[in-house]
Amino acid sequence: MDYFLQQLINGVTLGSIYGLIAIGYTMVYGIIGMINFAHGDIFMIGSFIALIMIVALGITAATPLLLLIAALVLVLVIAMALTAFWGWTVERIAYRPLRGSFRLAPLITAIGASIALQNFVQISQGARNKPLQPLVQGGFQLTDGGADGSGFVVQLSYMQILIIVSTVVLMLGFTFLINHTSLGRSQRACEQDRKMAALVGVNVDRTISLTFVMGAALAAVAGLMFLMYYGVVDFFIGFVAGVKAFTAAVLGGIGSLPGAMLGGLLIGLIETFWSGYFSVEYKDVAAFSILAIVLIFMPEGLLGKPEVEKV
Amino acid sequence: MQAVKKPSLLESSLKDAAGGALVTLALAAVMIGMKVDVASGRGAELFIEYRWFAVAMAVVVVFAGRLVMNLFFWRTDNSVAAAVSGLMPKSKAGSGLGAALKPLLLIVAIALPFALMFWLGARGSRQYIDLAILVTTYVMLGWGLNIVVGLAGLLDLGYVAFYAVGAYSYALLAQYFGFSFWICLPLAGILAAFWGIILGFPVLRLRGDYLAIVTLAFGEIIRVVLLNWYEFTGGPDGISGIPRPTFFGLEFTRGEGGFADFFGLDYSSIHRIIFLYYLILIMALMTNFVTMRLRRMPIGRAWEALREDEIACRSLGINTTNTKLTAFALGAMFGGFAGSFFATRQGFISPESFTFIESAVILAIVVLGGLGSQIGVVIASIFMIGGFEFFREFEEYRMLVFGLLMVVIMVWKPRGLVSTRAPSVSLSKSAKGISADLVQEGHG
Repeated sequence: MDYFLQQLINGVTLGSIYGLIAIGYTMVYGIIGMINFAHGDIFMIGSFIALIMIVALGITAATPLLLLIAALVLVLVIAMALTAFWGWTVERIAYRPLRGSFRLAPLITAIGASIALQNFVQISQGARNKPLQPLVQGGFQLTDGGADGSGFVVQLSYMQILIIVSTVVLMLGFTFLINHTSLGRSQRACEQDRKMAALVGVNVDRTISLTFVMGAALAAVAGLMFLMYYGVVDFFIGFVAGVKAFTAAVLGGIGSLPGAMLGGLLIGLIETFWSGYFSVEYKDVAAFSILAIVLIFMPEGLLGKPEVEKV
Repeated sequence: MQAVKKPSLLESSLKDAAGGALVTLALAAVMIGMKVDVASGRGAELFIEYRWFAVAMAVVVVFAGRLVMNLFFWRTDNSVAAAVSGLMPKSKAGSGLGAALKPLLLIVAIALPFALMFWLGARGSRQYIDLAILVTTYVMLGWGLNIVVGLAGLLDLGYVAFYAVGAYSYALLAQYFGFSFWICLPLAGILAAFWGIILGFPVLRLRGDYLAIVTLAFGEIIRVVLLNWYEFTGGPDGISGIPRPTFFGLEFTRGEGGFADFFGLDYSSIHRIIFLYYLILIMALMTNFVTMRLRRMPIGRAWEALREDEIACRSLGINTTNTKLTAFALGAMFGGFAGSFFATRQGFISPESFTFIESAVILAIVVLGGLGSQIGVVIASIFMIGGFEFFREFEEYRMLVFGLLMVVIMVWKPRGLVSTRAPSVSLSKSAKGISADLVQEGHG
């Protein structure tokens, strides 16, 4: 039971990170109906920018608490801004010129952009993985492992709390943004019918750009969390994280924001429990198989609307 | 009535170039200008290496590039591009050139080993023939994938899985049952096609981009299983000692009963290399031949119709399930053939050779050559695989260039660089090459 609880905590943490990345996929899919294949690499770039900022500002675990919090917020803001810029640029260069082209074209440029970003980072930042000393240490012990110390000690680290709480806060803010602001309204309009939205005065190109910007900013948050949780990044993390986050988006129902979060949590839990109870080696196979099974038997996902094919 | 003053060409170009330079500055400042690295002496501590000069270079390059493009290509009415294209032969003549190119390339391909032997001798030509084998392997893989992506319009991101199935089929059959290459070659193709059908069946209902992700996932699953099923596949150690192919039962060995002995030649290791070259050349040409023939049959027409518009296809009574399955299975089969050739050529295989990057390279070749164009695949392979072998020191830039080219070529010429292939049948001349998606967007 204690082991189960520990896996549950780890799974929710991992799921929060996946969920934040998945939002980027689901929003872009909702609005222009394409898989932004480069999104995983945008996440990776966000992670790198955060790492560079942490090292440049000289943040260590020894930094006083208040200063540490202020510095981390600063890192987060810079990472979000710069990563959003990357997201915007990718959209501007690789996707916008192809709006209205044949269906495979933007997907192929997306793959090209993903390969290019990955290799750009490999060249500019080196292929070695970069270990970061943990910045936030310690946590609560939920169980003490029994009187004789033979039981399992369940840990809930401050880092995990930080990740889960910031994900919840971001999700709430984001839901508000989509449901109650004019930007969110134009976004939902574009999602329903781009041509009609343009006719009633929504700036479609700008809305799509902003969608990419928001998705990239959330990916940067996930990047910082990933960096602080695992303490290591390299140029390749975007690929696997991207595919899993996409799986999460599909599982939750692509185009649906709560679905992306739910899907992220489920994928995180499944992966953690699979590693905990079966085998670590095959955890990716488990996630990928779920993707295939969901797409085949339940293509609209858990919370999505069924897609109607129109001529 | 021109109240609004139109900014001059130079002014607007400068503005745009300055904007591009600013964007580059923002992007490059951190990702290029500050390189985080692990300090070697002091444990695992990180430090930052500042490279502002590189950032300045990037900014200048983008500024100059955009300025030139704006002044001479994008914003002018009588652009240099139009003037240059006026000098180029018209498209009809271009296709004539293509028709002349094909037999020429074929002759060059057939004569290549002997020409190299003549000029460079057995020792000097070996590495070039090796390179030619590599390029031809990619041509074959490109042609195989072209059936799936170029003709049927199904984006397959896990093509390397079938390559892996072919390679491992041969290696394992040879290891456990002692089968020879010539028995295993068809078996490997059949097994790969079988896997293509197994994968194809469930995913056929999916739309193009979902299909791409599922095939990618499938490719990764195959690789992870090969990596972890240690008892059966040898895991990361791979399989070594895979038997070499024989020439109608004659082995390429020194001494009695070998190839050289039988034909009364002096033994040389180059014989096997040349044999392998012709083997893959014939296999690749078979792939091409089968594809070209199938394209004229109802099934080939159905593939192309499917690529253009699936709904129209269904309403015309084409069985889309069978059409997709055959495309998948055939593409997979040729991938499997190429895989078993790869295994027999290397003599050693491991899951390392079958990563997603390999799929991406093959896809890049197909895309750069022009979706559905056979000659385009050849030219793209020669430039992308052969070209980079000559610039070994730029090896690490290879995938970066691949990725950027995929973007640039899709944006510039979505139907491919070298040549495009319009549907075999179309209603009128003016309707050629306009796909259903374009019509839907109002371009028809």
